[in-house]
Amino acid sequence: MNTFPWLLTMIAVPAVGAAVVAALPRGRDESAKRAALGVSLLVLLLAVLATVAFDAGGERFQLTTSVSWIPDFGVDFALGVDGIALVMLLLIGVLVPVVVLASWRDEPTGHRSMKTFFAWLLLLESLMVGVFAATDVFLFYVFFEAMLVPMYFLIGSFGGPRRQYAAVKFFLYSLVGGLVMLAAVIGLYVVSANELGEGTFAFDALRQVEIDPGVQKLLFLGFFVAFAIKAPLVPFHTWLPDSGAEAPIGGAVLLVGVLDKVGTFGFLRYCLPLFPDASRDLAPYVLTLAVAGILYAALLAMGQSDLKRWVSYTSIAHFGFIALGIFAFTTEAGTGAVLYMVNHGIATGLLFLVVGMLIARGGSRQIGDYGGVAAQAPLLAGAFLVACLAALALPGTNSFVSEFLVLVGSFPTRPVFTVLATVGIILAALYALLVYQRTMHGPPRGVLLEPSPETSAPTAGAGGGATATTLEAPAAAPARLRVRDLSRRELAVAAPMVALIIALGVYPQPLIDLIEPAVAATMSDVGADPAGVSPQAPVEGTD
Amino acid sequence: MIEAPDLSLAALAPLLFVFGAACVGVLVEAFAPRESRHPVQVAVALVGTLGGLVTSLLLAGEGLVTAGGALAVDGPAVFLQATIAGLGALSLLLFAERSLDPARSAFVAAAAVPAGSPRDRELMTAPRVQTEVYPLTTFAIGGMMLFVAANDLLIMFVALEVLSLPLYLISGLARRRRLLSQEAAVKYFLLGSFASAFFLYGLALVYGATGSIRLSAIRESAAGAGGGVLLVLGLALLVVGLMFKASVAPFHAWTPDVYQGAPTPVTAFMAACTKVAAFGAILRLLYVAFGTSEWTWRPLVYGIAIVSMVVGAVLGLTQTDLKRMLAYSSIAHAGFLLTGVIGYGSGADGTGSGLGPTMFYLLAYGLTTIGAFAVLTLVRDGDGEATHLSKWAGLGRRSPLTAAVMALFLLALAGIPLTSGFTGKFAVFRAAIDDGAWPLVVVALLASAVAAFFYLRVIVLMYFSEPAVDGPTVGVPGLPTTIVLAVTVTATVVLGVVPGAVLDLAEQAARFVG
Repeated sequence: MNTFPWLLTMIAVPAVGAAVVAALPRGRDESAKRAALGVSLLVLLLAVLATVAFDAGGERFQLTTSVSWIPDFGVDFALGVDGIALVMLLLIGVLVPVVVLASWRDEPTGHRSMKTFFAWLLLLESLMVGVFAATDVFLFYVFFEAMLVPMYFLIGSFGGPRRQYAAVKFFLYSLVGGLVMLAAVIGLYVVSANELGEGTFAFDALRQVEIDPGVQKLLFLGFFVAFAIKAPLVPFHTWLPDSGAEAPIGGAVLLVGVLDKVGTFGFLRYCLPLFPDASRDLAPYVLTLAVAGILYAALLAMGQSDLKRWVSYTSIAHFGFIALGIFAFTTEAGTGAVLYMVNHGIATGLLFLVVGMLIARGGSRQIGDYGGVAAQAPLLAGAFLVACLAALALPGTNSFVSEFLVLVGSFPTRPVFTVLATVGIILAALYALLVYQRTMHGPPRGVLLEPSPETSAPTAGAGGGATATTLEAPAAAPARLRVRDLSRRELAVAAPMVALIIALGVYPQPLIDLIEPAVAATMSDVGADPAGVSPQAPVEGTD
Repeated sequence: MIEAPDLSLAALAPLLFVFGAACVGVLVEAFAPRESRHPVQVAVALVGTLGGLVTSLLLAGEGLVTAGGALAVDGPAVFLQATIAGLGALSLLLFAERSLDPARSAFVAAAAVPAGSPRDRELMTAPRVQTEVYPLTTFAIGGMMLFVAANDLLIMFVALEVLSLPLYLISGLARRRRLLSQEAAVKYFLLGSFASAFFLYGLALVYGATGSIRLSAIRESAAGAGGGVLLVLGLALLVVGLMFKASVAPFHAWTPDVYQGAPTPVTAFMAACTKVAAFGAILRLLYVAFGTSEWTWRPLVYGIAIVSMVVGAVLGLTQTDLKRMLAYSSIAHAGFLLTGVIGYGSGADGTGSGLGPTMFYLLAYGLTTIGAFAVLTLVRDGDGEATHLSKWAGLGRRSPLTAAVMALFLLALAGIPLTSGFTGKFAVFRAAIDDGAWPLVVVALLASAVAAFFYLRVIVLMYFSEPAVDGPTVGVPGLPTTIVLAVTVTATVVLGVVPGAVLDLAEQAARFVG
């Protein structure tokens, strides 16, 4: 059982699926959807089976496969997962079928076929699995960059009105980061060639290399910039609101749910173990960015008038918490951060999906265009509420466990940063609940309003049109919303996510068991006490 | 008594094949009846170049100096000869395409007829095709193959002229927009003559400084006497002459105009083959003749590389014509190639140097760029090829396959992983960092990012824009163009996904003799 190449299969299946879907004749959108759903469910099954085959207490990297790829560069097609990568694969496995189902009825813009959409989606899934499963730095870089192409086409071909701008901005930001990382990757190779006599890209070998502190700092920065753009940390974040707002809902879910996690995953997998001294020295600066991100993005989220931009800003704030957990250098906080990566994927995924359903009904992305939806669509409102509560990390939702772990784990080593980050929780409650209240409760208003004979359809303006109707509507006749509640398909999209939010909120232990050994190993690489820092003896960084 | 110089015919077989085909081509032009000329000429030219390709592949592993020491048939020479012959054959296939243009050829029927005259208008629609272009091109290919094997400066100069003169001519042969084409030819000729003069002057100075034109003798003399002023000046002038051919900024002024004006198949030929040949000569000159006095050329090449990358990437941003855009892209790529040249390493015989990576990059870039220009020949409107960017809006909708192929080439030029462009870039950057030239690599990466923007802009236009109402049509390529596209697409993907074998080949070939 353990010799089966799980990871290779998980990369190959969606890639082949993408080719098959792309090769379907024109107009066969229906079969394309079914094929995509089938393939993505198969990947989920594979991910679950791989988890069963994985022994949490065993070797650091398991399910390994390694084939020589480009011998001249010393590159192997080496795959393998630790607990951190494995939970990310599970997250991918869960999110992609949900996204396929959520995109089921999307009307393609222009004359584009949904067939292409699903083909890109499956290709993206294949590359995302690759990026988390690679244990060769070169291979990781290849997946890291190649992943941009499907996402670029998803945003550019199927996105909103400003999709061209958003797609190019997304691609260029990521490409610049990637190229800086490429310099560091090559530098790492050259350093390893000097130290070991023969250059290598293998993660395990590179971990043993002693690098001069000055060089370490440069290489660390090369990797860090790429990951900070990806994650994104303030001030590298400006592409995300544009991409998140313009991407089709399915693309947006994968963008913030999985793609951005490559950044935080990269901190843990590459920055910390490979450059431990630089990580310790530069941690205060990273933590400053992280905490600034938590507060700044939360404030910006409150100011948003566009639903999708609002979701994007909330996730920038959440990425601040993840980065805080990682750079606090305790096993507890690190475990919390990884758990946060999973939970954020599910919670923000649901938030994006529900927002997408709302936009599909009203045809507007403006928060001000909605009001009182809960009365007509209780299920929709319920799903939105669960997503909002998870976003503000209410106890009982999955995010609470991870946020709590991050804060508790960070406090002993980084009390100041932790206290500042805690303010972010209050802000989170504000930005989540305010939007929920404005759109779901209150008097019915906005674009979903039944057009009454005397008032023209208020579709023109966001703020102006909406307020005009709210003033008039009650006076004329009791306003009615024409809004459908969730269809069975939409229920099938939302229900598993809601179930996961609650289940992982109540019983996160299985995931923690998977994650903790891997995080402990990472933290021991960086020189932190692997058993976790006891509160009695706080270690104040290196300075 | 006069002794005949030693001559290994076997080692010269590739050159003999190509020059033989060119001579046969001239005879065909004189004696074959007009109606059968075109197929015969195409066949002769293809047999010559493919023969050159096969014989040079058979020579792999050879390492000898022949023809009285004038030619070095070594790894780099053979590898680059094979590359030039192969890329030349592909370009010739583009020349032979007859189903795209309504006039059945991309070349003017009678180049001497004044543009716009009644006779010209008459010929415009006449079914006559002219076929001198095939022997001319074969001569140019032969000159390029000689260029990369030249072991003394005089042979190098002769080869430079043999390859340049036909190129000046054939860039003026466009069937449409003839004045633009003729302007390009004149410009190329005038500036090219200056470059040749620089080269010749440099040759004379180097001869004055060292008393020899043989590369190995120059090396010894330079190592013994150190760098005199004459030698340094001579080297600089030689480099200027070669950089001009390689369209490296700041010697690039001709490139955009000539690329735009020349018939597109000729542009493809120049962009791929001339670049390979010029870099072959640059590598040989710098590594063999001046390998010991690195200090004289390294800062020079370092600076030129930076200028070329920055000029190519930044000016490429402002272009609205695809051919000009690809011209600036070729200038930027010349800079990336020089990054590999810098990675000279410590081994005097080229071990651990940038030689192998640079040759791999040349092959990969040549194949991709021929493919990209081949796609340009397909997209046409009433005036011939529609090369203005705006005409390409929505091409992905109208002709998904053509757009997909173009997108692949553009991604490869931008250096996205899993394409040949990335493998090449990685290889040369690694060689440069290995040699401690990391600031240069950082500049190269930034330039790559800037250049990526204009490649992406074309993809954006093709896929994410609404098609223009009076947009161009996409011609159905005939067999020759189809072959070219198939070969270049396959190569771009294979060299990106499994480049091991070819990288190996380039690495093994990276040994200069002489």
